[in-house]
Amino acid sequence: MTIAEIENEIVEEFEMFDDWMQKYEHIIDLGKSLPMIDEKHKTEDKIIKGCQSRVWLHSELIDGKVVFTADSDAIITKGMVALMIRVLSNQTPDDIMTAKLEFVEKIGLTQHLSPTRSNGLLSMIKQMKLDALAYKNKLV
Amino acid sequence: MTAPKISPALLNIEAIRADFPILSRKVNGKQLIYFDNGATAQKPQTVIDVIDLYYKNQNANIHRGVHTLSQEITVAYENARTTIQKHLNARHAHEIIFTSGTTASINLLASSFAKKHIQAGDEIIISAMEHHSNILPWQQVCEEKGALLKVIPINQEGELLIDEFEKLISTKTKIIAVTHISNTLGTINPIKEIIAIAHSKNIPVMIDGAQAVPHTGVDVQALDCDFYVFSGHKLFGPTGVGILYGKEKYLNELPPYQVGGGTIKTVTFEKTEYADLPLKFEAGTPHISGGIGLAAAIDYIKNIGLEKIAAYEHELLLYATEALEKIAGVKIIGTAKNKASVISFSVEGLHPFDIGTILDQLGIAVRTGHHCTQPLMQFYGVPGTIRASFAFYNTKQEIDEFIKGLERTINMLK
Repeated sequence: MTIAEIENEIVEEFEMFDDWMQKYEHIIDLGKSLPMIDEKHKTEDKIIKGCQSRVWLHSELIDGKVVFTADSDAIITKGMVALMIRVLSNQTPDDIMTAKLEFVEKIGLTQHLSPTRSNGLLSMIKQMKLDALAYKNKLV
Repeated sequence: MTAPKISPALLNIEAIRADFPILSRKVNGKQLIYFDNGATAQKPQTVIDVIDLYYKNQNANIHRGVHTLSQEITVAYENARTTIQKHLNARHAHEIIFTSGTTASINLLASSFAKKHIQAGDEIIISAMEHHSNILPWQQVCEEKGALLKVIPINQEGELLIDEFEKLISTKTKIIAVTHISNTLGTINPIKEIIAIAHSKNIPVMIDGAQAVPHTGVDVQALDCDFYVFSGHKLFGPTGVGILYGKEKYLNELPPYQVGGGTIKTVTFEKTEYADLPLKFEAGTPHISGGIGLAAAIDYIKNIGLEKIAAYEHELLLYATEALEKIAGVKIIGTAKNKASVISFSVEGLHPFDIGTILDQLGIAVRTGHHCTQPLMQFYGVPGTIRASFAFYNTKQEIDEFIKGLERTINMLK
């Protein structure tokens, strides 16, 4: 699936929820299902430091596509991270770099991407795009 | 927790709440419950009015003009200084220096004090429960001068170990800087005792009063502290204004920190003669509305009565502590005998960030994270805590809502 298709799928998924509680419960569930990063990659240099919750991000290039795995010490952040991975993992570096990630606004979770939220998510997206750029340069 | 003597029943909370417009707003569709007073306190209408009137009717620069507006506002600003002087029971109005906040006050003091008094090999003592703002300026001074930063340890309850403190003092100790009340733990430190010990060795003491002034009256002469610093915004006043109180003899001997307009008597390209206190430390146009707004805030709380406030907040603290202790998995961090209305806690297996995020959805504002006290988080071995800090406009009903919300949050996250 393309990034746009996955984004649409997530938007439809979130449209089923009537209130914030169901939405957050879903994010928490997503957090619990996140493909865990291999423990050996949970090192200091893989930490994306937010002010409050920490995010570990690892990437590999497999068959021309970037595969991300990640973890966080906070479950809501982990759920948001899981959404990002669902959208951006297994995509080409070019597609990752140009992804606008509009689904976040559509599902009403923009506040999680505000710089004041201090959950490291914004920095994580930046890092995912930087990783993609690095792989693209390698491929050329 | 030692109880104050005044009956808390003397406060008319409903009337008080009506003085704070923000308390009636909704957040995420719910009635706001504001328990983040340790970060900043809300402002009563009287403070908002003073700021409003200043910009509508009084705006002019102070200490400069001969025109009426400038004269009027200079008088108002200097009256604000006097209000603060009286509130702290300082000997002189010129011992009250306006700054932009506690952080600025400590930076000023650390920098000017170090220029005059700190040499390589000297020592500065702080405590393990300091806010970063009372660590970093001293740490930087130590790095610059080759001095040593020593730290008073605490026990598990979050109380300073006074015996250890006495052992840290040496002939090299030049200044001691400790907090009056811990922003993270709520511990009220025995600052009078600390000051007496320091003075017996002729060492000056700076007290960080940022968290103390909203909860308690401060008499700098009775304490005999040499410097006392705090922010206006935690005291129900505007942001961007704070105070450095210093004894006249110390402030006179310290060099200016920032220099520029207002700090001088005469300037030639060869030499500048600096102004007397307090202007020596007040470079540039000050935060005029901030100064008069802070004085209005002090008038407001004095009118209610600080003893009544302390008694009422103590009741809130006991009520919330008792309720929190009943929730499985909740661990209160900071259980000192003497505490202000600040409760930090963690919930087993859950991240403070997640709890804060769900509570926010319920309209409840708490602080989560390390509270700018990372060394303290390392001491307790937690990534952060959830902190509820109460002001006199908070109620037991709000605490009930908060407890219900917290239980719901824990259920959701588990």
